[in-house]
Amino acid sequence: MPKRKQITLRQMQPGQSGIVFQIQGGHGLINRLNALGIRPGQKIIKTGSTLMRGPVTIKVGNAQVAIGFGMANKIIVELV
Amino acid sequence: MKILLMGNPNVGKSVVFSRLTEVHVIVSNYPGTTVGYTQGSMKLGDKRVEVIDVPGTYTLEPTTEAEEVALRMLDSGDIVINVVNATNLERNLYLTLQLLERKIPVVVALNMWDDTKHRGIHIDVDKLRQLLGVPIIPTVATTGQGIKELVESISQATSPDIPPHSREERWAAIGNITDQVQHITHRHHTRLERIADASAKPLGGTALAIGVLAGSFLAVRAIGEGLINYVLDPLFNRLWAPIILRLSGSLGEGSLPHHILIGKVTSGEVNFIESFGLLTTGLYIPFAVVLPYIIPFYLVLGLLEDTGYLPRLAVLMDTIMHRLGLHGYAIIPTMLGLGCNVPAILATRILESKRERFIAATLISIAIPCAASQAMIFGLVGARGGQYVAIVYGTLFAVWLTLGVILNRVVKGFSPELLIEIPPYRLPSRRAVLRKLWMRIRGFLREAIPIILGAVAVINILYAFGIFNAVVNFAAPVVTSILGLPKEAVTAIAIGFLRKDVALGMLAPLALTTKQLIIGSVVLSTFFPCIATFVVLLRELKVTNMLKSVGIMITAALIVGGILNLVL
Repeated sequence: MPKRKQITLRQMQPGQSGIVFQIQGGHGLINRLNALGIRPGQKIIKTGSTLMRGPVTIKVGNAQVAIGFGMANKIIVELV
Repeated sequence: MKILLMGNPNVGKSVVFSRLTEVHVIVSNYPGTTVGYTQGSMKLGDKRVEVIDVPGTYTLEPTTEAEEVALRMLDSGDIVINVVNATNLERNLYLTLQLLERKIPVVVALNMWDDTKHRGIHIDVDKLRQLLGVPIIPTVATTGQGIKELVESISQATSPDIPPHSREERWAAIGNITDQVQHITHRHHTRLERIADASAKPLGGTALAIGVLAGSFLAVRAIGEGLINYVLDPLFNRLWAPIILRLSGSLGEGSLPHHILIGKVTSGEVNFIESFGLLTTGLYIPFAVVLPYIIPFYLVLGLLEDTGYLPRLAVLMDTIMHRLGLHGYAIIPTMLGLGCNVPAILATRILESKRERFIAATLISIAIPCAASQAMIFGLVGARGGQYVAIVYGTLFAVWLTLGVILNRVVKGFSPELLIEIPPYRLPSRRAVLRKLWMRIRGFLREAIPIILGAVAVINILYAFGIFNAVVNFAAPVVTSILGLPKEAVTAIAIGFLRKDVALGMLAPLALTTKQLIIGSVVLSTFFPCIATFVVLLRELKVTNMLKSVGIMITAALIVGGILNLVL
């Protein structure tokens, strides 16, 4: 059992912060997220979500990034 | 020698480019403003060197067409000016390290330096210079601060020749660097950020979007009408009309020059829309119908672009756009399309897959009327009543949605999800907004007016020699039976290939019923791209897909026109 609670980015509540633990996707997805600085070990803050399975927004470093709903489901975060 | 400006999207490369070369390019506050590349030159010592504004890229492992362009350009350059967003050093350094691993000399411009202060970010520039081994110049491109130093440092550009790293090694190295050079202190939220927070909430965001879009539309409408009623119509009617009438008298009605230059004059009065001469309708359409809407449209668009609102709209629209086989960011090319379809189709390069680009370009060409078409629709259909304009817009919107849903089902493959950086809100600078507005107006004047005059000339010559009759009789059965338009409308549809505004203008003298005018407007908007759009579709989609796209357009226009003919 991990010491910290692991949930997907989609499940996080706006305002919660966490550390990216794993990206459950192929090379393409990992590459695209990596380019935006979203990678295992990176601290992120969820800043918002949209209705009807819309994108979620997070803060990573000093940038705000919007991530599609399905992608957000593939990003596993450890809550801090 | 070739100098490349490279960096993450939306860090201000194009502003630096304008500062270096004095070539002005469109700059906005959203990632992906520059999708092609712009070339200019600057003086370096006593030589002139080439400078290239490369589309923004996060990585040298490309994920979009625009990033592929960037990578290809890198091989042709001699020196890279790596423009870095100083307020987001960590993420930006990833590309910097990738560049330093290549054997190309690099200078780093630490741009948006002024913003670091508001944000409580302190960067030790000397230390960063030591660690990276290349010149580092803090700059504020929007004000010009640091640009002189940047130019001076170009001669000291070096390649520290660091060995290739893996992704993890790069991030570890970056963490190490930022720990040593960057120090962040706490600060309070600014007022702009508080608005930003509110607009990110689902309900607040939707309300804001409806308000912004409705407000934009009303502002464009009000300014456009005001310019027409109080400035341009009086100018044409009081100053230009008497000159035309005098010219008409001396040329003599019925002569060929009169036919081409002035067109029809009825009982001593010039009807600028219906006369169809080069000096009457040929000037009236671009200057008194279209230009008055081009000005407010690009003013409002410029404000939306520079505040950073468009990416937020993209997030909000994402769910709807997915139904159309696109993702939210496709709203940006779509909005550009309301001005002109040509830059809109170029802007589809910010979308990741070929499938998305095909769907987006097709939907824009069919269902998004450009400002010139819209101005004519306001003028012609609006004269019959606002509710009829609403029918035209409603129909086009329905076509956009329906066709998008169909294309999403039919076109093979899948569309990737939205993944974009949302820039901070910025207060647009008046200078920058006005400069961009002027560039776009000048673009319209230079590119549209020759084609408009050419189209009017072609129409008059073809009429004078009776060539149109052959075409009309050939296509008339389709137009009269399916669309319920008079057979003369065939010529308007044919001229639509040159300019939609002129083609719509050709409907004016036909004494159409309101129903026919609505059908004519919808069919002309959807039927076939104008020549400028056609060329850019061909270039961006290549022959096969362009033919498919055009086939869809013709089919859609006939079906929609036919349906309108049945239900109205």
